[in-house]
Amino acid sequence: MLALRDVHAHYGKSHVLHGVSIDVGPGEVVGLLGRNGVGKSTTLKTIMNLVRASAGSVTFEGRDIVGLATHRLPSLGLGYVPEDRRVFRLLTVLENLRTGLDRPRMTAERREALLEKVYGHFPVLRERRNQAGGTLSGGEQQMLAIARAMVLEPKIILLDEPTEGLMPRMVGQIRAIIELLHAEGVAILLVEQNVPLTLAVSDRVYIMEKGAVRHEAPAAALRADDAVIHQYLGV
Amino acid sequence: MSGTPGTSHGFWIGFAVVLAALVVAPLVLPEFWRRFVTEILIWGLLAMSSDLLIGYTGMVSFGHSAFFGLGMYGAAAALLTVRPPNLWLAVVYGLVAAAVVAAFVAYFSTRLRDIYFSITTLVFSQIFYVVIFTWTELTGGENGLSFRQPPFGIPGLVSIAFTPVTLHWFVLGVVTMSYLLLRRITQSPFGMVLQSIRENEPRTRAIGYPVERYKIVAVLLSGLFAGLAGVLYAVQNRFAAPDFVFFIVSGEVVIFNVMGGMGTLVGPVLGAGFFFMLREMFSRYFTQYYLIPVGIIFTLMVMFLPQGLLGFLRRRLNQ
Amino acid sequence: MLAIPFEEFLVQTVNGLVSGMILALVASGLTLIFGIMDVVNFAHGDLLMLGAFVGSGVFLSTNNFWAALLVAVVVIAALGALLQLTTLRPLLGRDPLTTILATFGISLVIQNYALWQWGPSARKISEPIGGQFQLLYLQYPVYRIAIALLSAAIIGALWLFMKYGTYGIWIRATTQDRVMAAAMGIPVPAVHAAVFAIGAGMAAASGVLFAPLVGVTQTIGLDFTLRAFVVVVVGGMGNLGGSILASIFVSLLEAYASLFVSPAQAVIVSFVVLVLTLLFRPTGLFVPTPK
Repeated sequence: MLALRDVHAHYGKSHVLHGVSIDVGPGEVVGLLGRNGVGKSTTLKTIMNLVRASAGSVTFEGRDIVGLATHRLPSLGLGYVPEDRRVFRLLTVLENLRTGLDRPRMTAERREALLEKVYGHFPVLRERRNQAGGTLSGGEQQMLAIARAMVLEPKIILLDEPTEGLMPRMVGQIRAIIELLHAEGVAILLVEQNVPLTLAVSDRVYIMEKGAVRHEAPAAALRADDAVIHQYLGV
Repeated sequence: MSGTPGTSHGFWIGFAVVLAALVVAPLVLPEFWRRFVTEILIWGLLAMSSDLLIGYTGMVSFGHSAFFGLGMYGAAAALLTVRPPNLWLAVVYGLVAAAVVAAFVAYFSTRLRDIYFSITTLVFSQIFYVVIFTWTELTGGENGLSFRQPPFGIPGLVSIAFTPVTLHWFVLGVVTMSYLLLRRITQSPFGMVLQSIRENEPRTRAIGYPVERYKIVAVLLSGLFAGLAGVLYAVQNRFAAPDFVFFIVSGEVVIFNVMGGMGTLVGPVLGAGFFFMLREMFSRYFTQYYLIPVGIIFTLMVMFLPQGLLGFLRRRLNQ
Repeated sequence: MLAIPFEEFLVQTVNGLVSGMILALVASGLTLIFGIMDVVNFAHGDLLMLGAFVGSGVFLSTNNFWAALLVAVVVIAALGALLQLTTLRPLLGRDPLTTILATFGISLVIQNYALWQWGPSARKISEPIGGQFQLLYLQYPVYRIAIALLSAAIIGALWLFMKYGTYGIWIRATTQDRVMAAAMGIPVPAVHAAVFAIGAGMAAASGVLFAPLVGVTQTIGLDFTLRAFVVVVVGGMGNLGGSILASIFVSLLEAYASLFVSPAQAVIVSFVVLVLTLLFRPTGLFVPTPK
């Protein structure tokens, strides 16, 4: 469904991605592991065209999306939850959700149903719906960021370090949400530092090093044999 | 990029050629163009003074008309109150007036950065405009002040009336010396700090430089040179008028900088020349509405030629 | 100091409030554009002036003030969007100072175009609401009160739109995080053009509303631009509520000052307020103290 082929990217003069190739099938949860600064977040940004791919191809459902304006990607079915969450701090929780809900060709009923659905998954957001996004705790902001992507009804969510800086209890909740999205058939490309979580929720895992994918394996294989993980991540 | 440190032979050769051409210019040019060149030198000095802020320190001043205008009125004060009219006293009065205004503006506006700085300089220049425009008893109000041209003199030695040619030489001398001084300033350690403020203000502050003080001094210096330009203009035209304090003049100064190339000192002078050439050219077809095409050219240059004419020529020559 | 009769003081209070509301309308367009795009629109006053001229043209042929207002707003809003698309969008990501320079260039062109097209003599638009009422010792034109109310209504409508409307949420989201807004599917380039159009439309509205009081000339915008800049800084850049309060505050002060000095000199009062603000509270008078 989502396919990156030999993607290169630059930040100014520094060459960050050196030919990344990644596939995500429909409904598949794919983990992207690697140390800090190997280009995992940049890979997601390149998919969203927040960083321009200087070479290679990115296709979504067979369509070339390199150079397609970022704001057109959600309507194709891509949802993005960035690292550091980036909720709209001065907008209320409900207004944050409305940035994704109030889109063309949205009926009142479907809108209501979607809102009920995310409130159902995240009761705390209903409680705080009239509170400014910036006043939420880190975990609540993460939930809002995910909920905001969910109301777009994406086919795939690009999830960038959702557990970073969260308390262990919250990490469990994030895991539950990923599993729930998986069960609903939403594909996920998950960038994480948390190896056990990634191995637990993913179908397949890519390991990146120095701007390129070095290893690819089913998550089950890595769960059984941690030598590779040890080699690339030192854990 | 800008203000290449060190002095190459190439620079001094170019400098000598241009200077020689400007010395000879009034002897060979017809009356209209002679006056044209003299005026461009004066506007060029004003443009250079503002380049110290715009190009070197990264502060776009929209208030240079205040310094220029106060230089004019300062000169007027000297020439109208002291008998016989004394050129040097006019310079001193003009510089003092410009310095007082510059100190005032510098103290307040350097607290702000970027756009805020621009707006406050603009507002300040309008304050002085309103004061000058309405204080009719002192400034002549809308009509301004007119006076006789002072002779060129060295106290106790000579005193000779200006002819258009000698006035041109006088202006050329003042502008050349100002240019060399400004060039020296921009290449000095002080100038380096200004450029470092332009590149990265927080870092400059973090290294330990008192950024505000540097900015205040920069505005003061800039105001002094702008005031000097005002004195020259007053002496050449024998009047001081509120129109020259109005922010349209400040805007034109910014145009000179953008057109010629900010942060080069020479560029803004070139820009002034280019602007007046465009004005002459378009006035034929557009009469007093020449700013319609000139404004369009200016906007396009902001968009597509951010280095200005000088930057463009340099790139062409290097190819 | 001279004793000022209480009645004159009251009349000046009304004057100050009326001109404060017009200034607020001008300033809120400027603030809107600045807050969202970091663009100081130097041509704001010129759009106001152009709006007044378009309005006077429509008024001349239809003799209908409201039609003039509507057409002027629509035409100038479209022009604003066009300017944003052609000049400002290519500058996105460049030094914010280049946008001042670019809008300054636009301002020169518009000003001289207006002079060329319409000449220096003033055009008249007659008041849509005539009549006067007794305000203490003088006859006060009803229309002045009507302008204040209309300005307040337009600002109120803008506020409601920004607070509750979908596009208002898009605009606010874009203000806070342009990149994330795009990632949520908000068409950021269109939002920018729309904001510029709204700002320009508000400038045109203020121009047409103000025209019956002074007549339409090329300089109608000039006076406003500077005072609008002042209140935008005094109110805290990009802060809509702040600039509205600052408009009223500054206009009231100017009105009171005109009891003592000529109106031309009363303008200086607003500049003094600016200086004091910069000295003691550079983030703006009407914003909460930053932590």
